[in-house]
Amino acid sequence: MPEIKVTPLGAGQDVGRSCILVSIGGKNIMLDCGMHMGYNDDRRFPDFSYITQNGRLTEFLDCVIISHFHLDHCGALPFMSEMVGYDGPIYMTHPTKAICPILLEDFRKITVDKKGETNFFTSQMIKDCMKKVVPLNLHQTVQVDDELEIKAYYAGHVLGAAMVQIKVGSESVVYTGDYNMTPDRHLGAAWIDKCRPDVLISESTYATTIRDSKRCRERDFLKKVHESIERGGKVLIPVFALGRAQELCILLETFWERMNLKAPIYFSTGLTEKANHYYKLFITWTNQKIRKTFVQRNMFEFKHIKAFDRSYADNPGPMVVFATPGMLHAGQSLQIFKKWAGHEKNMVIMPGYCVQGTIGHKILNGQRKLELEGRSTLEVKLQVEYMSFSAHADAKGIMQLIRMAEPRNVLLVHGEAVKMEFLKGKIEQEFSIDCHMPANGETATVQTNPSVPVDISLNLLKREMALGGPLPDPKRPRTMHGTLIMKDNSLKLVSSEQALKDLGLNEHQLRFTCRVQLQDQSPEQETLSRVYTHLKSVLKGFSVQLLPDGTVMVESILIKVSSSPEDPDSKTLLLSWSYQDEDLGSFLSSLLKKGLPAALC
Amino acid sequence: MKLYCLSGHPTLPCNVLKFKSTTIMLDCGLDTTSVLNFLPLPLVHSPRLSKLPGWVSKDGSANLEKELKECAGRVFVDSQPEFCLPERELLDLSTIDVILISNYHCMMALPYITEHTGFTGTVYATEPTLTIGRLFMEELVNFMERVPKAQSATCWKNKEMQRMLPGPLKDVVDVWAWKRSYSIQEVNSALSKVQLVGYSQKVELFGAVQVSPLSSGYSLGSSNWIIQSHHEKVSYVSGSSLLTTHPQPMDQSSLKNSDVLILTGLTQMPTANPDGMLGEFCSNLAMTIRAGGNVLVPCYSSGVIYDLLECLYQFIDSANLGTTPFYFISPVANSSLEFSQIFAEWLCHNKQSKVYLPEPPFPHAELIQTNKLKHYPSIHGDFSSEFRQPCVVFTGHPSLRFGDVVHFMELWGKSSINTIIFTEPDFSYLDALAPYQPLAMKCVYCPIDTRLNFHQVSKLLKEVQPLHVVCPEQRCSVLNLPHRRRYERIYILPELANSLVPSEIKPGVSLATVSAVLHSKDNKHTLQSVPKPPPVAPSKKRKRVLEEPPAVLAPKTLLSGAVPLEAFLATLQKHGFTEVKVEETADGHILHLQAEDTLIQLEEDGTHIVCDNNEPLRTTLRDLVLRFLQKL
Repeated sequence: MPEIKVTPLGAGQDVGRSCILVSIGGKNIMLDCGMHMGYNDDRRFPDFSYITQNGRLTEFLDCVIISHFHLDHCGALPFMSEMVGYDGPIYMTHPTKAICPILLEDFRKITVDKKGETNFFTSQMIKDCMKKVVPLNLHQTVQVDDELEIKAYYAGHVLGAAMVQIKVGSESVVYTGDYNMTPDRHLGAAWIDKCRPDVLISESTYATTIRDSKRCRERDFLKKVHESIERGGKVLIPVFALGRAQELCILLETFWERMNLKAPIYFSTGLTEKANHYYKLFITWTNQKIRKTFVQRNMFEFKHIKAFDRSYADNPGPMVVFATPGMLHAGQSLQIFKKWAGHEKNMVIMPGYCVQGTIGHKILNGQRKLELEGRSTLEVKLQVEYMSFSAHADAKGIMQLIRMAEPRNVLLVHGEAVKMEFLKGKIEQEFSIDCHMPANGETATVQTNPSVPVDISLNLLKREMALGGPLPDPKRPRTMHGTLIMKDNSLKLVSSEQALKDLGLNEHQLRFTCRVQLQDQSPEQETLSRVYTHLKSVLKGFSVQLLPDGTVMVESILIKVSSSPEDPDSKTLLLSWSYQDEDLGSFLSSLLKKGLPAALC
Repeated sequence: MKLYCLSGHPTLPCNVLKFKSTTIMLDCGLDTTSVLNFLPLPLVHSPRLSKLPGWVSKDGSANLEKELKECAGRVFVDSQPEFCLPERELLDLSTIDVILISNYHCMMALPYITEHTGFTGTVYATEPTLTIGRLFMEELVNFMERVPKAQSATCWKNKEMQRMLPGPLKDVVDVWAWKRSYSIQEVNSALSKVQLVGYSQKVELFGAVQVSPLSSGYSLGSSNWIIQSHHEKVSYVSGSSLLTTHPQPMDQSSLKNSDVLILTGLTQMPTANPDGMLGEFCSNLAMTIRAGGNVLVPCYSSGVIYDLLECLYQFIDSANLGTTPFYFISPVANSSLEFSQIFAEWLCHNKQSKVYLPEPPFPHAELIQTNKLKHYPSIHGDFSSEFRQPCVVFTGHPSLRFGDVVHFMELWGKSSINTIIFTEPDFSYLDALAPYQPLAMKCVYCPIDTRLNFHQVSKLLKEVQPLHVVCPEQRCSVLNLPHRRRYERIYILPELANSLVPSEIKPGVSLATVSAVLHSKDNKHTLQSVPKPPPVAPSKKRKRVLEEPPAVLAPKTLLSGAVPLEAFLATLQKHGFTEVKVEETADGHILHLQAEDTLIQLEEDGTHIVCDNNEPLRTTLRDLVLRFLQKL
């Protein structure tokens, strides 16, 4: 029986280094190729040796698909393609293709230039890797090869985020990447049609959370920022350069405008303007409202938000700074954090999920003393606030997506095991479908039961449909009969007559003639008419005829009567039928053997 | 399969395809050449136009001086311009299931069809097609509504009257079907019925057919369409280009293996090479400016204008035109320029890679930034105060009958230092200029039509090899497409598939008989195992059950093959029929089973078993015979 196998190399009961292998219909696909923010050693990247111990991956993978540009989904891509070795196609959407190399370069710089690591991918490798990328448009059906096709759906999570449907024959898998079921200030909500995949591989970051309304969270956020500014404090918001940052910028920009606030807002790194430019050029990927109004006013041209310079961090007075990266694990956000951590007046707002091992994760768990590299410790005195602005689907959203796609199985990745367990139970209970949650390196196998596509001759189909009538009758299912011809990998279903003709075969007639002895005194003619009356009364719904040449015909079965000259009372009935009427013929012979009912007259 | 041709215009087609159980409208083009019969709509009062003499027939019998005006020997209708709609009588348009749009030029009749024929279906178009199509419609409505005309001329349409008119008015047909422009409400309502699709997206229509747009290389988001089922493939090729301009290149390979290829929208200027025309355009433009004259370019607000601007961007400095102002005047000028920059996915590779930098794909962004190109919604407002001469003005409508272009014709027409350069191929430039005669202005005709020419078409057809090619051309014609459907896709459910027993009858050919229940739903067919009869009732009633005759419509199995004598005899022997007498006949043999008093007649194409009413014996013999035969 055909089966689909799913093996996470990363993101199995975990968040980070998403990398999921799918085997479907003889094709192998890698979904995402991310890095783990919580590790600085080998565990940073997925374990590609699972695929093969030695050598390149090209011959083991039919394609690689990247769902969006976050590093935990694409951070290992150059390592995989250039250092391990993969030359096949890599699919991602246009915005992802545009932004992914910038983030990779950023990541490389932090790791190699700042931390001084060697044996890491180079700028050239990022470029070479990106050359293997084939851009993907929404809803476009891309034929990877003759059998494997993929289709992208809008996922909402960040600019260019996509869910993908992978299809081989009638088997299919949908991988959601990260997605968001509620539209936010700059992106729309994820959407998929009722594609009924065999397996839906869903993220489950917020498997147990049902978040309150977005408006409340926004109001809360603005209130906290505002209070801190009023106190003269500095607010640090660690973000990833693209995505949530733009949403929060739009939020603060409109708030500053409305409240006429003067405190400066800065956005760190040179990426700001560039990032906003990407949003401008890929405006078709944002939400309806922004798309509609962009000709009059571009939402991504901010008046109040200025570029940040390192020296500003020591400026007196209140300010708001958006700094990258978002989990305080490196870079500018960490530097600013170290500077500001000592003052109670200051505040850090973590607007998204933090992976275990990062400073972001530590302070969110209430850790107040941090050990830094070089054995120094950092006392955390500033206020730490957490606001879930992560554009992930919550439990309700995940259930909603399952309802939309109607999968036969669900497989959870990109979440914590305990939370997954809870959601798994809920899914199995509500939808009565199997839910899997393999750990990294563990394979989940799903049996599929595909129908067999066959070409039916139109003549046969039309004949059957005409006979069957407009509506099926469940009480009397009609059986159609045909011959399936299997030739050169093609399956054709035709009528038996057609099959004989097509294959140049001769028909063989098989006939039976049965002698039935009857004791009946009446003349032959009368016996015949008694047989006729008897059959007519028994066989309702059949055509029973008395022919002038002295035969009774039931459908195509012939019945004749003869009497022997020696014994006129003993009559012989001759029943003759062809193999096609075997059932009826056999029935008639047993029926007539029992004799005729007593004459009524 | 039938094709109804509802438009007579070669590049603004409107066809209806009936295929399987669906009715599909292919494009919804509006024939705008009818407006050439009307007087221009001036934005400001034009003394010249208002003084044109009315028309009276020579013998004075027909007097239509209120409706018809004469100018330079031609007669024009003095009324709001009217358009020639697609034919509405040929078939019931409310039966249309879907409308497929190939590019934004070919959807201008949409509101007439979707709003006034009882249409309840869906329109499919790509995102740029919808966006720019909407701009075109809004522009058209704006052009018409900002200079309302009280009068609506109808008398001239009377058959008797029309016969007496001079040409070309005399010869135009179906004048009663001509209609004024639609309203913005109708546009919004029509466009709300559009469903967006992406290239190579597969859209199922009622489970019967699948449609899918492919890049056609002609304009932003322009598409050809594949309409196919599992066994038939119809390609609709409309407005395609093999030249490299701004749109994504044409997808030719997906058109391969078509049973029928419907071909429309070929170039109307087969002899005008677009590159040559572009060069001529630039040199004429530079010459006029250097001589102190103004250049007027009547054009649509999207499409070729992007290429013209790009060409000028490279040309301006080398031609020393750095200080010459370029104006683009249209109610949708700003939107058109802005939208062009955000459709990276739909652009050629070169432009696409620009957004990765990130830079705007079209250089007109820079022209605007450096103030070399300015755009205005109309000649009123800011433009009148910022307007400097000599200058270059791009504005619509290319028919010269409405829009801001009318104003510039009146303004610049009388001076020979000015030049009008026609680039749009849709209108004859002589007809377009007719109501402005006598004209001193220089006229240059550089039609840029990037659509397929004859040579390219034959190359394309050689490449994709369709079985049949259809070119609809005559308005109101119905074509029977030469294609017969022979097979349909059906799905055998796994349970049934597993129960099938194939047997090889020739090397590489296997057969299996299938007896199954057919389910047809939403045009999808499946075969299921025959449900098992309900368990036989307890023994008490068994007798009754036996007496039940078999189902009336039991499947009829055919047999094939022959029963070889020797082997059959051996088989009989093995099963205890020892006393067999074989008798040779003309066509075969007769076997006499003496102990059982049974005859078996063996022939090449038939077997006949004659026996007493001994059912066990008969069925045994039957099964022995069947061993040698193939069931079908």
